[in-house]
Amino acid sequence: MKAPERYYDFEKDISGCGVFGVISKQRNLIKGDLPINAMACMHDRGNGLGGGFAAYGIYPDMADKYAFHIMCDDKSGVNAAEEVLKHYCTVHEFEPIPTRKTLNITNPPLVNRYFVSPNFDPAHELSDLPEEDYMVSVIMKINTSVAGAYVFSSGKNMGAFKGVGYPEDIADFFRLDEYSAYIWTGHNRFPTNTPGWWAGAHPFTILNWSIVHNGEISSYGINRRYLCEHDYLCSLMTDTEVVAYELDLLIRKHGLSWEMAAKVFAPPFWDEIERMDKDDKELYTALRATYGPGMLNGPFAILVADNNRLMGLNDRIKLRPLLVAEKDDMVFMSSEESSIREVCPELDHVWMPKAGEPVIVDLEG
Amino acid sequence: MLFQPINKNYHEFHIDRDKDLCINCEVCVRQCSYGSHYWDEVRGKVMHDNSKCVGCHRCEALCPTAALHIRKKPSEYRGGASWRPVFMENIYKQADTGGVLLAGMGSPVDIPVYWDRMLLDASQVTNPSIDPLREPMELKTFLGAKPSKLEIETGKDGKPKLKTKLTPQLELNYPIMFSAMSFGSINFNLHRAMARAASELGIYYNTGEGGLHKSLYKYGQNTIVQVASGRFGVHKDYLQAGAGIEIKVGQGAKPGIGGHLPGEKINDMVSETRMVPIGSDAISPAPHHDIYSIEDLLQLIFALKEASEYKAPVSVKIAAVHNVAAIASGIVRAGADIVTIDGMRGGTGAAPAMTRDNVGIPLELALASVDQRLRDEGIRNQASIVAAGGIRCSADAIKAIALGADAVYIATGALIAVGCTLCGRCYTGKCPWGIATNDPKLAKRQNPDIAAKKMTNLVRAWGHEIEEMLGGMGLNSIESLRGNRDKLRAVGLSDTEMDILGVKHAGR
Repeated sequence: MKAPERYYDFEKDISGCGVFGVISKQRNLIKGDLPINAMACMHDRGNGLGGGFAAYGIYPDMADKYAFHIMCDDKSGVNAAEEVLKHYCTVHEFEPIPTRKTLNITNPPLVNRYFVSPNFDPAHELSDLPEEDYMVSVIMKINTSVAGAYVFSSGKNMGAFKGVGYPEDIADFFRLDEYSAYIWTGHNRFPTNTPGWWAGAHPFTILNWSIVHNGEISSYGINRRYLCEHDYLCSLMTDTEVVAYELDLLIRKHGLSWEMAAKVFAPPFWDEIERMDKDDKELYTALRATYGPGMLNGPFAILVADNNRLMGLNDRIKLRPLLVAEKDDMVFMSSEESSIREVCPELDHVWMPKAGEPVIVDLEG
Repeated sequence: MLFQPINKNYHEFHIDRDKDLCINCEVCVRQCSYGSHYWDEVRGKVMHDNSKCVGCHRCEALCPTAALHIRKKPSEYRGGASWRPVFMENIYKQADTGGVLLAGMGSPVDIPVYWDRMLLDASQVTNPSIDPLREPMELKTFLGAKPSKLEIETGKDGKPKLKTKLTPQLELNYPIMFSAMSFGSINFNLHRAMARAASELGIYYNTGEGGLHKSLYKYGQNTIVQVASGRFGVHKDYLQAGAGIEIKVGQGAKPGIGGHLPGEKINDMVSETRMVPIGSDAISPAPHHDIYSIEDLLQLIFALKEASEYKAPVSVKIAAVHNVAAIASGIVRAGADIVTIDGMRGGTGAAPAMTRDNVGIPLELALASVDQRLRDEGIRNQASIVAAGGIRCSADAIKAIALGADAVYIATGALIAVGCTLCGRCYTGKCPWGIATNDPKLAKRQNPDIAAKKMTNLVRAWGHEIEEMLGGMGLNSIESLRGNRDKLRAVGLSDTEMDILGVKHAGR
């Protein structure tokens, strides 16, 4: 799309962070206490300006509906957001997200959840879109056209919970100790240049994708222009948004595998490519030449999840920590080993993935 | 000087000869191709005529006793902000000759140099800067059309296999190439030097519009052959000799007009290569007479692709003019794999001074608007952008890349590397440094081995500097800087200028 006026004039959030993820390959449900305690152990990796979690498998009774978590500044925002939602979707059930009043979380927004499906009403302009594009458009509409409202989770049988505060306080506020999930990711944030903003916390999600990210993407300036060429407008001022949109572009729209998308983010060096066999050399040369503007350059460790897998990935020279550990059918990924040992002292196997090597864990069966 | 007409009296330079140091050895007499120095029989010593001096500093550099200094003539006009001396001198010249004012090299006029008004970023605390001496730092660049997406299959062995094949690409080890300087405008020694330097560096040099001498075909893998409106030296073997082909539509130093290589510069070798008679003027028409519109360009692009059997990407070079973004968009849609934008400060061997100094727009603004336009239209991947015209140092090059260029062309810089002092009299064919001349006595002043080494050194040095600045920004690959205008900030520019450049002001 044509870049909007003054698209270059943006401010980007800069932050350091702690990340944690766990997946049960057998889909055994893991209680919320585990990721909460692991994140609490990495308290010092944040500064209280952002924390959050994503959980998969938490809405089994509504597994075929999109679970929209919407935060609003006030009641009028709620009404306006609901109006948009009802225009484009059938709302099957809705309720306030259960919260707890806690000392450490002040001035929270109103948080509600809606279980919806697209109505494809031929009367409106989105009706010709494929289902996922349709739902993404609805999310974008609410986020950009309703003042003070923001869809912070929109996948099926999953949910993100985030806000301004340390992750353990956010967990307390959202009563996450009461949820069980087969994949959890968590995030603790240390922004340096923005006041806390609830929507700006991680995980960042779009439909079933969730991303937690520790790093600063120095290539952000070109990544967001590249995404704009492909009709994604970056509006959130965070690096993570770029990761999410690129995943959507590469995997959903261009049909690349997760492994190949990871190689776009953190491609092999040219001197490695030089040493590859003919086919691989051609493949990776084409990948870098074609997707160069999408490469994520700068320090990062990201965890990406959807309903079936968890992926951990570092930048090409491993400028942020990322560690993987296994225990029975569980695989942990974290910024720090201590956080894993805190919740699972005995581990079968612990390793540091190599720079730029994705670690992809699939559910079994 | 007394009793001289005004055009002899008001000249630019003044030769300062230290009488105590001068030993009357006549080196200066032999070195000056303009006859400024001469042996005065009557006085029995070397004398000079200031009015003939072009300010090339050749005599000063070669004087064995360092007796010579070339200065701007200290004598001053009353002048004024409007009637600056250059205008008066031009009128004196034209009143004498009735001719068009000729000029050589890039425009010296005071139009803003935006490179100097944009500053680069560096990492502090929140992300680490990367040391290129200890970590990989990648400058490799591919020029040519890229698909918008790749199709990758999973092979029987479970390994990914590329299904989408890329069209031919130019692979560069540095995002820098030697720009078009025709054989004839500069001599064979320098063409040979550029070819060798490009091969050694893993980059490309552009033949310019004068064809390619047969003996240089062996450097074809590092050569871009140019096709200009005069079609000099263009034939099937030539088109297949290079790795890339460039259609020259325009030149930044003289947008809208053609070229003229005077007959004096056409010796046997130039004649053979250009396919024009010895001693006859080689005149390139202003337009290509087979391109009167964009659809004609499309036909030429594909004619050249056919002629080279689709093995070479085709570049189209245009001068930066007012509607450059729309023109570039048309060029990309016409099938060009590379668009070269030549800014108005670019060099030339000969151009009418009025055109050089008043026609066209600065490269920075043209480049920024072309890159943005191609992205807005979703066709940026279909062509690479090469920025040319007035790149003076590695910082200019890296800023051009941050604005959106895939690579830059340098030509004046390459000539300065071999001794050019920008005296700007290339069109006389008397270049005392042996560059813009085919006079064998002068041309032999350039040793192709030494010249190749100097050009190689220059690009290597710039490469190191680019690596250093790139690493400082926390990036380890040039593609992450390309078009990354967030790494640039403006100082002292207006809102409109910043809007065109797509950069924020420093402090924001």
